[in-house]
Amino acid sequence: MRNLEVRDVGRVRFSEGYALQRDLVSRRKQGLIPDQLLLLEHPHVVTIGRNGHRENLLASEEILQRSGIELHATDRGGDVTYHGPGQLVGYPILDLKDWKRDVVAYVRALEQVLIDTLASFGIQGARLDGCTGVWVGPAKIAAIGVHLSRWVTSHGFALNIDTDLNYFNYIVPCGLTKPVTSLLDQGCHASRAQVAAALLEHFANHFQFESVQESCTMETIA
Amino acid sequence: MTDIVMPQMGESIVEGTLTKWLKKPGDRVERDEPLFEISTDKVDSEIPAPASGVLSEVLVEEGATVSINTVVGRISEAGVAAAAAPASAPAPAPVAAPAPVAAAAPAPVAAPAPVEAASPSEVSGPISPLVRRMARENNVELANVQGTGAGGRITKQDMESFLGSRGASPPVSTAVATTQSMPPLARTEPAKTRVEPMSTMRQKIAEHMIFSQRTSAHVTTVHKVDMTRIAKLRSRIKDDFQNRYGFGLTYLSFVACATAEALHSFPLLNASIEGANIIHHRDINLGIAVALDGGHGLIVPVIKNADEKNVAGLQRSIVDLAARSRSKQLKPDEVQGGTFSITNFGSFGSIFATPVINQPQVAILGVGALEKVPVVVDDAIAIRSVAHIALTFDHRLIDGALADQFCQKVKSILENWSDQVI
Repeated sequence: MRNLEVRDVGRVRFSEGYALQRDLVSRRKQGLIPDQLLLLEHPHVVTIGRNGHRENLLASEEILQRSGIELHATDRGGDVTYHGPGQLVGYPILDLKDWKRDVVAYVRALEQVLIDTLASFGIQGARLDGCTGVWVGPAKIAAIGVHLSRWVTSHGFALNIDTDLNYFNYIVPCGLTKPVTSLLDQGCHASRAQVAAALLEHFANHFQFESVQESCTMETIA
Repeated sequence: MTDIVMPQMGESIVEGTLTKWLKKPGDRVERDEPLFEISTDKVDSEIPAPASGVLSEVLVEEGATVSINTVVGRISEAGVAAAAAPASAPAPAPVAAPAPVAAAAPAPVAAPAPVEAASPSEVSGPISPLVRRMARENNVELANVQGTGAGGRITKQDMESFLGSRGASPPVSTAVATTQSMPPLARTEPAKTRVEPMSTMRQKIAEHMIFSQRTSAHVTTVHKVDMTRIAKLRSRIKDDFQNRYGFGLTYLSFVACATAEALHSFPLLNASIEGANIIHHRDINLGIAVALDGGHGLIVPVIKNADEKNVAGLQRSIVDLAARSRSKQLKPDEVQGGTFSITNFGSFGSIFATPVINQPQVAILGVGALEKVPVVVDDAIAIRSVAHIALTFDHRLIDGALADQFCQKVKSILENWSDQVI
């Protein structure tokens, strides 16, 4: 029986989320924990993937720093991206040996989860050939970047809910000169909690989890 | 020779881009150690080495895209590796790196240098980077380790069993290292402060505490409770209790039980404030403050409908919630909906304290340590088991008289506990 443990940890700094993720990946590889879905939100941060090009960073590191935006290099696939408040960031930590052993199928499934989530709020998301992610018309609404080690996934996706889209002006998202959008931009006023709940349902469906356990970590303390 | 091939990462995938070699030609690799990285459709994957040996050939350069099953490099086996190892000569590099650090840093950092410098000449066969690192981190003279691998080579297992057999005895080279690094230590001024960003949990606790102090008019009242009857009852039944339920019986459960009962008599203590409104709660949901191990914060899981449980039931809930708080296995709704909180600072030896209210509740009861003290009973001196209970209440809503009546009710329930009831 395949179980999914969901940890919604709320807003954490990128480096802190990254450390938590690394810890979970290592425990997942050892088989100590079931598959995980880490949901979070980052304060303003620009991250550069393994195949990233610094020229896709439009602002100097100094300007980023002055604007309170952190800059991090990471080991995920993909180019430059921005994370910030109003974004639902998900790090699925799944052992793909238990699910298809196929990285492309995995990325396509993540896209489908996001497309179905958007559909729950009346937004028609779609794939764009050759451009991983989810798009509404010509504009990108969700970014995807994944790392795989011994078939265990890390990093994942970022869905713009009511993100301040101006922050994307600091970068060329994923090296593509295309516009970005959000649920709010599409006229949808759903809350993060509502979007997370819908996403969780579609995620469990697509990856055929038989049970989903919500674990509280540090968010809900007194 | 073992061929390293571009792996197939999925059914429809016919090619992959080799983005990075994690080893250089001539480097020693262990089977399953990450060897190179590939990229397919926004997924970066680390590919482990198919065999142990030496990376003898790199046939595909970084950045090249090749179809699956293409040979991207070769690993030569252990026998050949012995010859190849000196050429790669990895030993001097790690030695050079720690040296400048040692000048500025405290003693232990300097330790690797002498060990490392001595080892290659005394050890037969090549040494893998993994073994080298294990030796460095544990201050092991490689010459002291019996190698069981090909040609007497020291394997990871040899290191593990060596470290296991050495046990807790202090590393041999520590004394040497300390004396050697004394001079640099003398002229380096150690930092007087250390900056550490707060964890998210610590920030939340800080926010919540200040928010509470700012919100409520905190007043604390302290009452003395004679727990002698309960102490006798507990010592009489605690072994049976442990055998029957599989967990111990503590005073906290009695206090929780008495508190739930007293909240029935004084429901205003079970209310909360929202703006200019008083919210009365029908349910009595008791929050129990749990200190997380190692001073890493606190969490207040909630026992729902605590008034419907007896002492054994409350004890079960307390044990369960405390254990799952510490292992971070609580569900979100188990830390929400509390209407009144209890904190047990007595378990850390405190006699009484002035707890901070858990917003938006209006009171919190602190339980102090239980002590045997001489008290005057009927004009005679008797030895009684006494604890202090401290109630912090929000004076915006709760008047002092009511707070004290509530405490007296808790006290009266505890002092007159029936011998038969748990």
